[in-house]
Formats: sequence, C-alpha cells, structure tokens
Amino acid sequence: MPDDAPEKDRPLAPVGGSAEPPEGTPKDAAAGSPAAEMKETAKPPAPAAPTASATPAGTKPAAPAARPAVPAAPKEPAIKPLPLDNELVQRMKSRFGAAIQEAWLDRKQSIIVVARGLLAEVARSCRDDEEFDMLTDLTAVDWPKREKRFDVVLNLYSFARNERLRIKAMAGENESIPSLCAVWPAANWMEREVFDMFGIVFEGHPNLQRILMPDEWEGYPLRKDYDILRQDTAWVRENLGIESGQ
Amino acid sequence: MSTFNNLLPYLWPVIFGVVIVAVLPLLAGYVVLLERKVMADMQARLGPMRVGPHGLLQPIADALKLLLKEDIIPENADHFLFWIAPLISVTAALVAYAAIPFGPGFQIADLNIGLLFILAVSSLGIYGIVLGGWASNSHYSLMGALRSAAQLVSYETAAGLALISALLLGSSLSMRALVMAQQKMGLWFIFCVPIGFFIYFVGSIAETNRAPFDLPEAESELVAGYMTEYSGFRWAIYFLAEYANMIVVAGIATTLFLGGWLRPFASFHAHIPGTGVEILDLLPSLLFLGVAGYCVWLAPRQPVAVQKLFMLAVAGFCLLLAGVLGWSLAVPEFLPAVHGGFWFLAKIFVYIYGFLWVRFTFPRYRFDQLMSLGWHFLIPLALANLVGVAVGIVLHLSLGWGLFPSLLLTTLLTLAVAIFLVWGKERHARLAALPSDGA
Amino acid sequence: MDERSIHGMSGAGTTVLGADEIILNMGPQHPSTHGVLRVKLKLDGERVVGTECIIGYLHRGVEKIAEHRSYQQFAPYVDRMDYVAAVSNGLGYCEAVEKLLGAEAPPRARVVRTILTELQRIASHLLWLGTHALDIGALTPVFYCFREREEILKIFEKYCGARLTTHAFRIGGLQYETYDGFEAETKRFCDDFAHKIDEYETLLTENRIWVERTKGVGILSAEDAIALSVTGPVLRASGVKWDIRKAMPYAAYDQYEFEIPTRENGDTYDRYLVRMEEMRQSRHICLQAIENIPSGPIMGKVGKVLKPPPGEVYHAIEAPKGELGYYIISDGTTQPYRLRVRPPSFINLQAFDSMARGGLVADVVAIIGTIDIVLGEVDR
Repeated sequence: MPDDAPEKDRPLAPVGGSAEPPEGTPKDAAAGSPAAEMKETAKPPAPAAPTASATPAGTKPAAPAARPAVPAAPKEPAIKPLPLDNELVQRMKSRFGAAIQEAWLDRKQSIIVVARGLLAEVARSCRDDEEFDMLTDLTAVDWPKREKRFDVVLNLYSFARNERLRIKAMAGENESIPSLCAVWPAANWMEREVFDMFGIVFEGHPNLQRILMPDEWEGYPLRKDYDILRQDTAWVRENLGIESGQ
Repeated sequence: MSTFNNLLPYLWPVIFGVVIVAVLPLLAGYVVLLERKVMADMQARLGPMRVGPHGLLQPIADALKLLLKEDIIPENADHFLFWIAPLISVTAALVAYAAIPFGPGFQIADLNIGLLFILAVSSLGIYGIVLGGWASNSHYSLMGALRSAAQLVSYETAAGLALISALLLGSSLSMRALVMAQQKMGLWFIFCVPIGFFIYFVGSIAETNRAPFDLPEAESELVAGYMTEYSGFRWAIYFLAEYANMIVVAGIATTLFLGGWLRPFASFHAHIPGTGVEILDLLPSLLFLGVAGYCVWLAPRQPVAVQKLFMLAVAGFCLLLAGVLGWSLAVPEFLPAVHGGFWFLAKIFVYIYGFLWVRFTFPRYRFDQLMSLGWHFLIPLALANLVGVAVGIVLHLSLGWGLFPSLLLTTLLTLAVAIFLVWGKERHARLAALPSDGA
Repeated sequence: MDERSIHGMSGAGTTVLGADEIILNMGPQHPSTHGVLRVKLKLDGERVVGTECIIGYLHRGVEKIAEHRSYQQFAPYVDRMDYVAAVSNGLGYCEAVEKLLGAEAPPRARVVRTILTELQRIASHLLWLGTHALDIGALTPVFYCFREREEILKIFEKYCGARLTTHAFRIGGLQYETYDGFEAETKRFCDDFAHKIDEYETLLTENRIWVERTKGVGILSAEDAIALSVTGPVLRASGVKWDIRKAMPYAAYDQYEFEIPTRENGDTYDRYLVRMEEMRQSRHICLQAIENIPSGPIMGKVGKVLKPPPGEVYHAIEAPKGELGYYIISDGTTQPYRLRVRPPSFINLQAFDSMARGGLVADVVAIIGTIDIVLGEVDR
C-alpha cells in the first residue's frame, strides 16, 4: 500500500459548492482525527465540518449506488486512505480467510488486496457470489522498492449493485499470477498487455504474447527501471534499418 | 466516280465505325466526368472544377496521365493474356455498337438479328474479365474475376428474358424494326411491359458491375477485383470498356423500351399552321434555347469574370445546338437523322442518369445476397413477366381484346407474382435469421 | 512468430495452409480498418473460422510518458488517444485528476463541459456513421455527415482554437470563457441537426440493402458482451441498459433528462440504431444545457502546482466509444506515479473475434466498422 510517504502538504482546500453530503462518507468523521494532524498549514476546517457523519465505516464505497441524481464528485478532502471493513470485505474474509490481506477505502473507492495464489478463486467468487460481473480493467503497477514489486490491479463493476471494486494482488519479480481468462474472457488482451509492458507471466493464459510492442522486443517498457528514452536498439536496427535515437 | 458511288454503301459503315471508335473514348470520358459531377452534386459538393472550366478538360487530363504512367506487369503474370484481356473487353464493347440505331439510317449495320448480335458480342466481354483476373497471378484477383463473371452471367439471363418480353411485341430481332414497331403502335414498349423494363434496368446495372452490384471491384472490400494489377493505360482500357458497356446497355434499353430515336408522342402530328413543321419537333430547340437563356441569366451572377465568360460560352453552345436542330426542321432530309440522334442521345442520358442516381444512393450488396437476388427474384420474375406478356398477346390476337388493356392485365398479374416472391424471400430470411427479428 | 504475408496490393495476400483453409491478411494499410489495424482471418471458403487482430502499430507509450510529465503537462496527450473525440478524453482526465485532488469544477464549468462533450459525441458518431456507411458501399452519407461535423468543429475552433485535438478543459475547470454567440450557434446547430439526422435515416434505416447487409451480422449477446467487458453503444445494442452518465453521473449530467437507447439483438443494425438515437439524445441534452448555463467562475481553486495527496483513483466517463476510465496513482509529487487509461476501443475490439467468427468474409468490414474503434485509443 503506497502510503509510505508521510502525510505532507495537503492541496489547497477544494472549492465548489457547499455542503453537499456525499452519502455517509465514513472517512470524513474518521478523517476528523487524522485530518487534524494532517493539517499543518491551517486550512479552514470547513471541508471536514459539514459532513461529519457518525458512521466510521461500513457504507458502500465509490460512486452513488442507487440514486441517479446525486453527483459523484467528492468535494471533501477526505483523501487519506482509510481501512475498510464493510460487509463485502467480511464476506470475503469469511470465504478466503487470510488470503484477503488488506482492505481500504481511497477517495471513496474500495480496494482489497488478495494473495496472488488465490486470485482466480477470489475473482470467480466476486463474479458469481458478489455479482461483480464485469471486469472493467486489469492492469499492473511497478513498485521497484518493494520486495514484491508488482501490483496486479483489477477494477470490477457490478451492474446489479452499481458499484466498483478494486482488487490487487502482489507479485514479485519472477512470480506468476493465475490468469483470469477463464473467469472473464475480457482478461485475455488485458493480461497480454500487462505481460507486454511489465513482464508478468499469467499462468494459464491461452496465448501470452506481446500485444502492443513488436513480438521480438526485449525489455518491458512500463517498468520503472526501463528508461523513457530507451529502445531495443537491436530490433530497431534490424527491422527499421536505422540507428536508434534518430 | 461511279466506282466511288458503288463503293459508297460500303464506305459509309466504315466511316461511321471509325467515327464511333474515335469518338467513343471521348464520349465515355465525358460520361465519367458527368458521373463525377452528378456524384458531387448528390454529395453536396462540386466535383472536378480545376482542370478546365468546371472540370471540362478533366477527362483529357486523366487520359493523358494514364497514358504516361509506368506500365507495370506482375512478375509471374502471363504476358500474353495480361495484354490481351483488356483488349477483349473493349473490343467486345465497341463491336456491339455496330447494331445500335442512333437514328433512322444512322446505324453501322442494320442486321436482321441486331439484338442477338449485340447481346452475344457484349457477353464476350466477360472473357476479358476472367482472363484479366487469371493473368494477374493473384489469388484474389482471380476470385474477384470469377465472382464478377458469375454475376454478369446470372444477371444477363434475367435481362435477356426481360428483353424477350419486349421482342414479343416487336416481332423482330432487328433493332430498326423494333423502333418501327413502337412507332407503329404509337406507344413505347415501356408502357406495355413496365416490369420488363424494370428487370432490364436492374439486370443492366449488374451487368456493367455498377453499384449496388459492384462488389467485385469495390475498394473497401477485401478483394480488390480483377483490375487490381492493372495500372496506367491498361486500366484505362478496362475502364473505357466498362463505360462503353454502360452506353451499349443504355442503347439497348432505349431502343427496346424507350422508343429509340422516336420523339415522345411520335404519332401526334400537329403542325404549326401554314408550315410543315410539327409543333413537337420544336421541343429540342426550345429546350436548348431554355438552357441558353438560363446560362445568360446566370452569367452576370458569377463572381469571377472567367466564370461569366464560361457561362456565356455555354449559352452560345446551346444556341448553336438549338440552331442546328431548328435548321434541320427546314431541311427535311436531315430532320429525321438530326432529331432522331438528339432524342436517342437524350434517352441514353436519362437512362445513365438513372444508373448514377442508383449508384450514389444505395449501399452495396454482398455477393451471396447479389446472387440470391438474381436467381431467386429476378429470373423467376422475368419468366413470369415473359409468360404474362405472351398471354397478353394471345388474348389480343385470338380474343380480340385491345393490346394495351390485355397487357395491363398481365402486368398486374405479374406484379402479384413479384409481391409473392418478395414476401416469400422475406419470410425465408426471417426464418433463417434471428428469432426476434421483426422486419 | 507468424508467417509473414505476401504483400499484394490493398493488403491481399495468401498463405495456403491446409487444403481448404486460407489465411487472409487485411494489412495495416487498408481503406476500411479505420487506422493501422492488421486483421488475420482464417477462412474456410467464404466463412471466417478464426481471426487474429494484430495491433500496436500506433503505440506511442502514453502511459510511460505520463509518468514523466506533470498533470497539466499531460493533458494534451490524452486528446491524441481517441483523436476523433478528443474533448471526451480531456473530460475524463480532468475529472479523474480533480477526484484525485479532491477538487471540483464550478457549476458553470461543469455545464459548459457537458455541452462540449455532447457536441463531441455527436461529431464522433457522425464520423462513425459516414465511414461505416462508406465501407458498406453507401457513398453519399459520409459527405452529409462531414458537413454537420464541420459545424461542430467550427464551434470548437471558436471556443478553444483547435478542431480536432482540442485540449478544451483544464484541471479544475475551464481555461476559456465561452465566446459571444456560443449558445446561439450551438442552438442553431441543434435545431438544424434534428432534421439532418432524419435525412441520414431516410437514406439508410429502411433501405433494403442496408438492412440486409447489417441485420444479423456480427451478433453479440448480452452475456458475451458483459463477459468481454464491452461497453458503450455496443453493449447497449446487445440489450444491457447501462450508461455511466446515468449510473454514475459526472459533470452536469444529473441535471438533464435523456434516454438511454437500447436494443436487444446485438447485431450491426441495432448498433446503428443505437448510435443514431444517441445522437438525438445528445442533441436533446445540449438543448437543455444551453437554456440555463449558470454564471460564475469557470475555474475551481486548484493551485498552479498540482501535488495530489498520495493515493489512487479510478474515474470513468461514457465516451462515445464506451467506458473511458483513468486509473491514476499519485505518490504526492507533481507527476503521476502510474496513469492507466482504460481504453474502450481496445477492449471492444477484443469482441471482434466473437462477432466475426462463423460469418462471411464480406461482413468483416462491416463488423470492424460497427465496433467503432479508433486506433489511437486501441494502441495508445
């Protein structure tokens, strides 16, 4: 979880409209206390005040679930991520136990970290039991300073509940992640792209090949140690007939 | 001198043939320009405007460009076939002009099997297409060529059957005799066999590979067609063959259905009192005078001096034509030829305008849909139409009914058959397609 | 490594595999693939038995670039992804960053953003319609569509100076105030547009040939669509009534009434009808929005230097092509740590295989057109 950076200068107080209570934002109340220590530069307490709702946790995250008329833009500076322990998380913990490693709410969007070995089962359970029928996105993030450097991130969406959920699984340099193609066929190209850009191998993928870069490219471009100006000069020389950097 | 006079009947067709072969490419080029202008008009734009005033020199520029292009022959192509294929196409198209009556006595050859000759010779053009596809040594050129050939053959059958229905009324294969029959009847055959005309119209669009039946040569389809490997002048020859073919089928349709060189209301002889001039014969001159007047009215409204001059030049040209047409009224031996030629060309123009209109309005048929349309709809309809016309004629001859009423009756019956066929096709398509499809 | 294709003209080339299976390559350069897309079709006679899309010809490394630019510096890059609907891309990005910052654009900015985005939706669908009709052989609608699109692009040009890659919005609101006559011109366009759509419909909707070419072609069922994460008009034509503008409203969409067109069959004809109706609905939204643009500031209070607190956000909008999402991770500095674009065209293109398999080769072009892809977004 990327909160290794200490809390520092908050952005300027967000403006735009007044008390428009986003529904039961738990983090606002909870933000009352950590926010107090966050605010070094004395920003007016107005943002935190109007929406001090009492429930610290447990409401649905992300966008408004069933009320089409409420705008979704969060205006409260409840930007610090907060731990999440709502019913969804509890159900998943009861199903998978320790495989559910962490859960938190960031900017009103819920995020759950699972162990990579059980990712396929968790995904299937989310699709079947929790009704998250659409895999909106599958991507990865590289945290080179961490021991398990890659985060594979799934964004899921439930039509029935009109909710989003983010699931992360951490993988080390040479560790593979189970492929989700059997759960959602949409994962096919998305996993290929992750493989192409990061080098993460997805076990069980029917056709794990590069998709955006040329097939014989060496190197995984979106890794942090791949310099932005770097190219596979051998490939360029052979296939384009020029010296890289022209 | 007398040998010259003896030879004259033989020289006349030769001269005429040479004129046609020389003029036709130019004419076809201007049909292309016409198409581009009409296309542009339907698409809310202007079309070629730069080369010559209003693009009038565009065909010349295109021809020059194509002549000067590099001649590329694919590596493993069969050189002889590659060379001869476009020639076969264009020769077939040009030879068909031999029997087309542009006016009374205005024919290269008045064959007594004229129509059969034209149909037979223009069908030879299919060889040019197939050989072109074969000689290109490309799998997909060949496939495109075969598809094109299949399409042409299927639609030619339907078109031929439609022509027979008109032949039954004309009782002769000679093109000249067919026009005379329409003159005698006082009615163009289109009014007697409208369904035949419709079938022939659709069939001729498919025969000339025009949209909506132009899948074999469409650019945005996968297979680029038999003309792919041809460039430069060879391609120009194919293109010329296609447009020459268009004019041939327009000529056939005009002769058989639209009264050939006859003036509308050819049997209506109202004379201007005191002269031998028929009022309706003034129509062509009046038409051109009208166009000239319109151009003169438009001239001052043009923004640029050159355009004003151009409008006046067009007006002058129209006045010239009106003058020629008017003068021929005074000279009776030229009257039939000049006016006949005018009306024939006017009808061809209208028919080709129909082609262009259809091309820019409809999307393209897929090949299987195209073949299905030809075999499942047009040919049965053409057969029904043929039987209908035959029955109508028998009713007229043996039962003494008037020709037009009996034909009207059979036309209605054939329409019923057409509706039944369409309904049957839709039902078939509905059952074969989606269950919840509500056409 | 697959076999290289023999380059004939127009991308036709063959490699004969078995006795009756051919691989046909629609090369990266092809009049109908709407960009540099390479499609390999395995054919059995006329039937398509397998497809493979080879993409990446337009990959420019946008996500990598984002890690080396500040948030404001990156904004022009997003226009270049779906270059046909640049304004939507900008809207998604600016709103995602605003969410990351916890900032919000003022009401006036939100309404103007909505108007411009809906105009852009109409423009994008017009381009789609013109090119799709052209692929199927109707040569005329493309010119009419571009004539209307020209009016919209003129409005954009007057507003922000650019027609195509507009960079119309800024993080926190708008940079430019609407010009004099903005409402009047937009209203005039919307008033004319209704009967122009009717013109296009006259040419195509009831036309037998159009119907025969598009009905039953490229069917995608609702279950398949959801399993393949297809979004946008393709999903709605398959029967799933879902539009982010209604489900999770953003900008000013919650203030306006509009319908979500949906069809059941999921074939090309339905997708055509859905997009036509969407154009009408967009026009309706524009008219409602123009009536009442609130006054006030156009830029929220965001500083010059944007350093969002560490964390991440995923924000999605309903772009003309589907759900366009931005997943941005901030590490507290001025440059995003990771910026992922969820590209609707890329994900919708995956469904091409399921739609084309079992159909005829002549329908492939229609199917590619009906998914409505822009290669800039597919490859980024």
